[in-house]
Amino acid sequence: MVPLDKIIFLFEYLLQGLGVTIGATLIALALGFALGTSTAVIRVYGNRFASTLAAAYGTIVRAVPVIVIIFILFLVIARFIDLSPFLSGALALGFASGAYQSEIFRGALLSVPPGQMKAARAIGLSRFKAIRFIIMPQALRLAIPAWSNEATLVLKDSTLVYVIGVPEILRQAQYVSARTLQPFLAYGAAAAIYLVITFLVTRVLHMVERRNRLML
Amino acid sequence: MRDLPIVRIENVHKSFGSVEVLKGISFAVQPQEVVVLIGPSGTGKSTLLQCINLLTRPTQGKIWLEDQEITAPGADADKVRQRIGMVFQEFNLFNHLTALGNVMVGLTKVQGLKPAEARKKALWELERVGLSAHADKYPAQLSGGQKQRVGIARALGMDPHVMLFDEPTSALDPELTGEVLAVMQKLAREGMTMIVVSHEMGFAREVAKRIIFMEDGDIVEQGPPQQLFTQPQHERTRRFLRRLTDFASSE
Repeated sequence: MVPLDKIIFLFEYLLQGLGVTIGATLIALALGFALGTSTAVIRVYGNRFASTLAAAYGTIVRAVPVIVIIFILFLVIARFIDLSPFLSGALALGFASGAYQSEIFRGALLSVPPGQMKAARAIGLSRFKAIRFIIMPQALRLAIPAWSNEATLVLKDSTLVYVIGVPEILRQAQYVSARTLQPFLAYGAAAAIYLVITFLVTRVLHMVERRNRLML
Repeated sequence: MRDLPIVRIENVHKSFGSVEVLKGISFAVQPQEVVVLIGPSGTGKSTLLQCINLLTRPTQGKIWLEDQEITAPGADADKVRQRIGMVFQEFNLFNHLTALGNVMVGLTKVQGLKPAEARKKALWELERVGLSAHADKYPAQLSGGQKQRVGIARALGMDPHVMLFDEPTSALDPELTGEVLAVMQKLAREGMTMIVVSHEMGFAREVAKRIIFMEDGDIVEQGPPQQLFTQPQHERTRRFLRRLTDFASSE
């Protein structure tokens, strides 16, 4: 029987970790979204030079393990600019996710029928406005299913920032396990928390998808 | 003296790679004139329309919209397109917007109207095409004929000086073409200048002031409908018209 004080201790720590995990995930997803949408637009609508550059970002980042990106940002770049482990971890995750999100949004942009751009230009919208008001809104809706998958992957990848000492859920679980000598309890609880958030995220995004489904 | 033409096309050529689709087209369209372009498919009629609103750039030749040469280097294509309404064969309604939203988007994002004004104007344009009852429906909830009427309302919203119709009824079931043609006929009566690519000979006969018969990227013959339909001057025109009537009577 596990004593109650150990369980309270466990939850106190894991809940702190939960805040860190959610914070890092949200920052990473937001940065990834900004990078992903902009590079996708550049790849589909940009000139050849910019498009090659944006494609190179995707190819290189996707070829490098996320954990290596985390180390590079934390051990190399954070030496020159002041970055906390939390921030460098979150930004590294976002930088990596941007490459995957770029693929998602590129596919979505390409599946918007070409007639939409023609019609948008025909009423006098500039190319930029056509992308902003006609193409993007449709592409975003088409991207929701794949994006929600990416969101859960980033959530789980956020455990990797553990290696640079960020006190997210896994790190806290390890600490609790060492202190209480109850590894199954500690890691089991951590797993349960991931399961719950992933479930919630998937449900919420599924709802968003249903509400915004593009009727074709 | 005649009015300044709305559109004047001078020796327009267009090539895609080594294929020359337009081989030196010239004609002018007067204010309030309805011109119907006919001819076998693949003769460059649609390409010509796309050249007129600069969705495609002519390889050679000049196009004027009223007193402005729009093919001149430095001409603002976005500004030019605001004065030209375009209706597509495939409708190309914006799928994420309602019928009202489709008409409004140009008013708010191009003309800079406030949402309330844009809404009022858009509703009026939908009224003009008989669709105010369907303003809040999405394209997927509309029939083909209704979609095309929204497409016309969207173009009209920008107060174009000329309307281009690229086979507006070709993607429609036969029983739905009537409602679209009726709207176009009404526009013509109201004095809208129109260039129409169409295979609807009934419409051409009744509404067109002039028919232009094109084949292989060239204008073969043009004239008022009764002349062109009853006494075509060229063998190629006769052959085309014969094929059409054969097709119509075999249906």
